[in-house]
Amino acid sequence: MSRAETAGRDPAIRPICLKGGRILDPSRGIDRVQELWLDQGRIAGLGEDAPAALRSRSDVEVIDVSGAVVSPGWVDIHVHLREPGQEDKETIETGTLAAARGGFTTVACMPNTDPPLDDRPRVEYVIRRARESGHARVLPIAAVTRGQAGEALTDIEDLVLAGAVAFSDDGKPVRNAEIMRRALELTRPLGVPVIQHAEDPDLKGSGVVHEGWTSTRIGLKGIPDVAESVMVARDALLAELTGGRVHVAHVSAARSVEIIRKAKARGIAMTAEVTPHHLVLTDEAVSGYDTNTKMNPPLRSTRDREALIEGVVDGTIDCLATDHAPHTEIDKDNDFDSAPFGIIGLETALGLYLKALVEPGHLTLPELLLRMTRKPLEVLGRRGGTLEAGEPADVTVFHPGERWTVRAAESSSRSHNTPFDGWELSGRIWLTIVGGQVTWREQAALASGR
Amino acid sequence: MIGHRKDLLGIEDLGVDEIVSILDTARTFREVLDRPIPKVPSLRGLTAANLFFEASTRTRLSFELAQKRMSADTVSFQSTGSSVSKGETLKDTARNIEAMGIHLVVIRHQSSGAPHFLARNLDASIINAGDGTHEHPTQGLLDIYTMREKKGRIDGLRVAIIGDIMHSRVARSNIWGLTKLGASVTIAGPATMMPAEVERFGVTVAKSVEEAIEGADVVNILRIQLERQRAGLYPSLREYARVYGVTKERLAGARPDAIVMHPGPMNRGVEIAQDVADGAHSVILEQVTNGVAVRMAVLYMLAGRDVPAEPSSEPAPVPPSAPGRAILEAKR
Repeated sequence: MSRAETAGRDPAIRPICLKGGRILDPSRGIDRVQELWLDQGRIAGLGEDAPAALRSRSDVEVIDVSGAVVSPGWVDIHVHLREPGQEDKETIETGTLAAARGGFTTVACMPNTDPPLDDRPRVEYVIRRARESGHARVLPIAAVTRGQAGEALTDIEDLVLAGAVAFSDDGKPVRNAEIMRRALELTRPLGVPVIQHAEDPDLKGSGVVHEGWTSTRIGLKGIPDVAESVMVARDALLAELTGGRVHVAHVSAARSVEIIRKAKARGIAMTAEVTPHHLVLTDEAVSGYDTNTKMNPPLRSTRDREALIEGVVDGTIDCLATDHAPHTEIDKDNDFDSAPFGIIGLETALGLYLKALVEPGHLTLPELLLRMTRKPLEVLGRRGGTLEAGEPADVTVFHPGERWTVRAAESSSRSHNTPFDGWELSGRIWLTIVGGQVTWREQAALASGR
Repeated sequence: MIGHRKDLLGIEDLGVDEIVSILDTARTFREVLDRPIPKVPSLRGLTAANLFFEASTRTRLSFELAQKRMSADTVSFQSTGSSVSKGETLKDTARNIEAMGIHLVVIRHQSSGAPHFLARNLDASIINAGDGTHEHPTQGLLDIYTMREKKGRIDGLRVAIIGDIMHSRVARSNIWGLTKLGASVTIAGPATMMPAEVERFGVTVAKSVEEAIEGADVVNILRIQLERQRAGLYPSLREYARVYGVTKERLAGARPDAIVMHPGPMNRGVEIAQDVADGAHSVILEQVTNGVAVRMAVLYMLAGRDVPAEPSSEPAPVPPSAPGRAILEAKR
């Protein structure tokens, strides 16, 4: 199959008409009820703008999406698909199915696989596996250093030619400032960012939770907020020096938001993302030693959480990303220190974003969607994230008001490590379409016509 | 009072009534320990497992002794290495315990929250004998018991806790218990070993050992662990002893009738001077004796309810004091 990475027009793909939905295309400020026509894997047009020849065809699949919102397909630039090497946690197939179910049409996957994505064959392997088994477009991120060991740079330009969209040693920071400088110098002409897992390894030490009252009270080793912020500050200076682009992964601390805001004001090419869990939870959630509240960076204080929301609102934080990090029950069902960091996030993303940002009135729905579509692609220096005619037909249809209850065991991901099991969330995905082909359909919500 | 409670994971979870009830029950068992045959049948038919994933002599012996004095069947396990390095997860350990039909589990583990993990996964009663840098509730209770015996009260008592607060489970358990019972707690130690937002425990942070000890009724000295020096948290033992060691001179600032405590094992000449450890103010060995009684009280209150109902054929023990008798006989 080639649902993912459908490059050109494919006449074999049956046309689709999404009827009755509220078209929300934040890239062009469109917000109105209209038909959306898809043909040959591309957006054909809105309402009357779609070609008359298409509109009169008899083989169009008309899907009534009345009451739902029709958005450009969502993009998550921070997921761990675990393939190759950790297929017990996740595969490209299961991870992208979780993506489709969560409304995502494109995911960028982190290179901390086993072995890491640090050379051309490995990046090509991921692209091929995504073609064969993927339910979403998969954009591979390659390692900054060989083996993510922090010592020798990977073949950066060759990896971009192979299809890498960014570079990161995620899971670990690029600790050596000289290597970070060289990576930024080499990526700058290629127009791709270095995505930094910003963390000073010495300040982090063996910490497992945010350093604060909770870590003091429950006796777990803390990770101070500055472990992140000093690295963000260093990278801002290196980005300024080199003109390269640094994207700060999963920002968690108020101080980091402040530094990024100042860096942007100085014209430094620095972007940032934030996860749903850092927007919704604080370190208080760790009180019961639930290992599904163990992630890196850790859940931080209320003040940090509020600063992250402010950062999203004023654009300091460019986009939202889940840091979907599957781990098996064997890994997670252990004492807190022994369990690995990370939680899954693709299927609960919408509900948590709505809860953190839209329901309290911090963002409008179009403002939220901008940060899930156009903005993450801009971070990678890519086009898209729009329903403009001629663009790939990547579409997400969802009902923001429908309530549902998270059932971790029913996740499409191979792993079920989420702290949100049993939570009631708003926002149900009705339909996910990649290149004109349906990758997820909520049967109960949709009646297919004609 | 803790009859409804399955586990003892920390003093933070306990109400004032529960703490007082444990202390009162411990006094009854303290009397049992002075009898010619210091044994009661309270845990007869029950099996206790002492799982020590971290080295311990005193606490493990104290629990074993408490269990034997109460006629429980006892098995003990000590592993100096990490269980994880041997490939067995705590979950599997829990399953094994279940399969062996153990009623009471005493666990010491290097990871904070490990007893909570077992408590969630097992029907057996779990007693935390020290988890990582979190709590060591029976040590806290025996410290408070000793203070109450010596001073006659806890409310209004001035207690100084000196040393590595950050890594001390003894400090946390003491602080929770003492503040709940109305003591005024002052702590002192190197800034590198002072945990974040520590004042939210409701304690006063002193600028120096002298300031903390000034006017204290109780000086509780924490053990300094040598690996903290390797982690760079203090420059040298010499420096630590000079700045934070409790010496006779420093102790002179305390009340004349102050008591000196230490959870052991002591680094003599480092956190505590020789003449303080063995001096007239020291109640360190009494803490050890009281520890057995306090652990008996905790075991009794958690598991006593499960004692089989059939009458005992053993000769009745020498009757203790009236309230104690009621407690001991009600469960036989």
